[in-house]
Amino acid sequence: MKIYIRSTGNISPQHSLDTESFFLNRINPSADFFKSFEPDYDSFVDSKMIRRMSRIVKMGVAASLTCLRSAGIEQPGAILTATSYGCLEDSSSFLRRMIEFEETMLSPTAFIQSTHNTVGAQIALLLKCHHYNNCIVHRAFSFENALIESRLLLEDGMAPVLVGAVDEITDDRHAILSRFGLYKKTNAYGNIAGEGAAFFLLDKERGSDPLAEWIDLQILYRPSNEDEVQEAIRNFLKQNGLSLEDVGLVLTSHTGNARRDESDDRLLNSLFRGKNHFPFKSLCGDFPTASGFAFWLASVLLKQQRQPSWMDGLKFPLKKILIHHHSGNTHHSFFLIGAV
Amino acid sequence: MRDQIFVAGLGIITAIGNDLTTNLQSLCEEKTGIGEMVWLSSVHRGELPVGEVKYSNAELAVATGLPTQLSRTALLSAIAAREALVDAGWGKSNLFRTGFISANTVGGMDKTENFFKLFSKDKTAGKLADVVNHECGAVTELVADYLGIQHFVSTVSTACSSSANAIFTGARMIKAGLLDFALVGGADALTRFTLNGFNTLMILDKELCKPFDENRHGLNLGEGAAYLLLTSEKGLKQLNKKPYARISGYANANDAFHQTASSPEGTGSFLAMKGAMDKARLLPADIDYINLHGTGTQNNDIAEGTAIRLLFDPAYPKMSSTKAYTGHTLGASGAVEAVYSVLAIRHGLIFPNLRWQTAMKEFPFQPVTVCLKNQRVHHVLSNSFGFGGNCSSLIFSAA
Repeated sequence: MKIYIRSTGNISPQHSLDTESFFLNRINPSADFFKSFEPDYDSFVDSKMIRRMSRIVKMGVAASLTCLRSAGIEQPGAILTATSYGCLEDSSSFLRRMIEFEETMLSPTAFIQSTHNTVGAQIALLLKCHHYNNCIVHRAFSFENALIESRLLLEDGMAPVLVGAVDEITDDRHAILSRFGLYKKTNAYGNIAGEGAAFFLLDKERGSDPLAEWIDLQILYRPSNEDEVQEAIRNFLKQNGLSLEDVGLVLTSHTGNARRDESDDRLLNSLFRGKNHFPFKSLCGDFPTASGFAFWLASVLLKQQRQPSWMDGLKFPLKKILIHHHSGNTHHSFFLIGAV
Repeated sequence: MRDQIFVAGLGIITAIGNDLTTNLQSLCEEKTGIGEMVWLSSVHRGELPVGEVKYSNAELAVATGLPTQLSRTALLSAIAAREALVDAGWGKSNLFRTGFISANTVGGMDKTENFFKLFSKDKTAGKLADVVNHECGAVTELVADYLGIQHFVSTVSTACSSSANAIFTGARMIKAGLLDFALVGGADALTRFTLNGFNTLMILDKELCKPFDENRHGLNLGEGAAYLLLTSEKGLKQLNKKPYARISGYANANDAFHQTASSPEGTGSFLAMKGAMDKARLLPADIDYINLHGTGTQNNDIAEGTAIRLLFDPAYPKMSSTKAYTGHTLGASGAVEAVYSVLAIRHGLIFPNLRWQTAMKEFPFQPVTVCLKNQRVHHVLSNSFGFGGNCSSLIFSAA
């Protein structure tokens, strides 16, 4: 079964809602985290509703509505949301008040919106969509596992599937993760916390103007060494009847933190030697569902068949892109996306 | 029998028992597990009854061999998940692809609460060890690593329907040939976060809950974990195991009505139950028992009952909510009740709806009130409905 990426909506630190701007201007982070470039939400949803939504919900809703509108679809056959951290702003806010007021005088609003399925639920509510609705919350496999499920739902006849990855930065998340040493600066770009909401409409039908074809995906949990990763990538390509020769671009998970990037560098110097490559996290920052952004970047490059002004070395026609997403070397995933 | 999904192993820990045998015994003996709060440290102790697992964290750590300082959710999860694997006779092998798909609603929140006590006043304070496993997925991985499951790991979180969705994600993956075995279910420990959250919604009963009773006043929260080892016919042969039951139907629908409340007409519940029956190719008359979501809130029981009337009137199957035993175990509840549904089939039992006294004036039906033995139980419908309009129904059938 072929799966087409029919449309997308992506809110990220880049001008990702507008392809022309994105191709012309690359945004670099101004602080040690990379916040999304947010649209005027009033153009998406009734302003009364917008006021009640937290930032992650607004990003998710606007990205998914952009995606659906662009394909002219009102009711997807299923809605799948992927998030690693969930609705942090509301979770933190409820926790803080609960502690400060010693479990008294609390209002339910933050709690109600703190559940991980809030984004998917709000999308369903806005669309009045009674169809299948699920939420996957598995760290750097959240988006990956949602895609695997999308394929099964398409096989089960629930087309088209709206699937998206969404995570938000909050001050608390940044303060805590910084203490884990995640964002030690070692060069100008990357090594930066990120966020975003990237949604896609997947279908067995190509629709009128598909972006790309999603060919395959594989996850690899806790490989025992780097050889196992290389072996997995080779097998993954082989299972799809391909070799690295067929891949025109590799999107890598470099963060900008030299120590964390050692394994990515070794891959570039061995398996990926001589391949065109680009570190996607330098555009969206580092977060567990950043593979949603990479999936978007691959789709857009394959659709446009041209090079953004700030990229170089791409050769056209660009037929296939391999994404290697990993997080802390415990969670690896490989995606293959092809031009239609 | 091709493409069938079988239940080959069960594991469970709840307020009414630390293992499968004790849970079954308590169900038959009509012993509730809900009572005064012992382990959870909250200002609501003495005021709000809860369904706590009777082990302390230290006892859970001894029973699992895991460190005491882990999230209670991970400890509960490890106990029940291991029991299901042992029950099925599953052994770690590279020859088979085994997945662990677990659900929870707040990850390691019980530890994050401790962290935030200090962190909320000073961003450099609080022990990082208390927040390192905050994510829902981190809790799942602690247990996957403990069990040695590596091929596929995933976490589902759709509020109170979470583990029902984990169960059919696993079923679907086996059916598609992506996994040979799927250990599916969920876990949630009681936390101050959820207790206070539900309390602000004013849906917690200060007495023991009475699902589907005219005079019900809300739900009691509970905690626990439950898992089912699912496999195909081929997998059963590998295990050399007689299955408990098979999963014959599942469906997920969204109520699309309100973030927390169910629509009065129970649209989502209706679509989930109907969808599961269609998938199983069963008619309403085929269902022998409904394990109700039945939380005991005004809103849920009306919505669920209305959907049941629409589907089943005038011939109602036997039904009951087992939440009067365990409390509402949130992310674990779909799996806890799936295990009870499978036990109902295996032992020909219908479990009672404890403490039920008065029929709801809206409905012509009433739940079962004593444990019925030697029943013909071939098909059981199990409901799980949650915040965000997420409604899921599962059907288990005799193998």
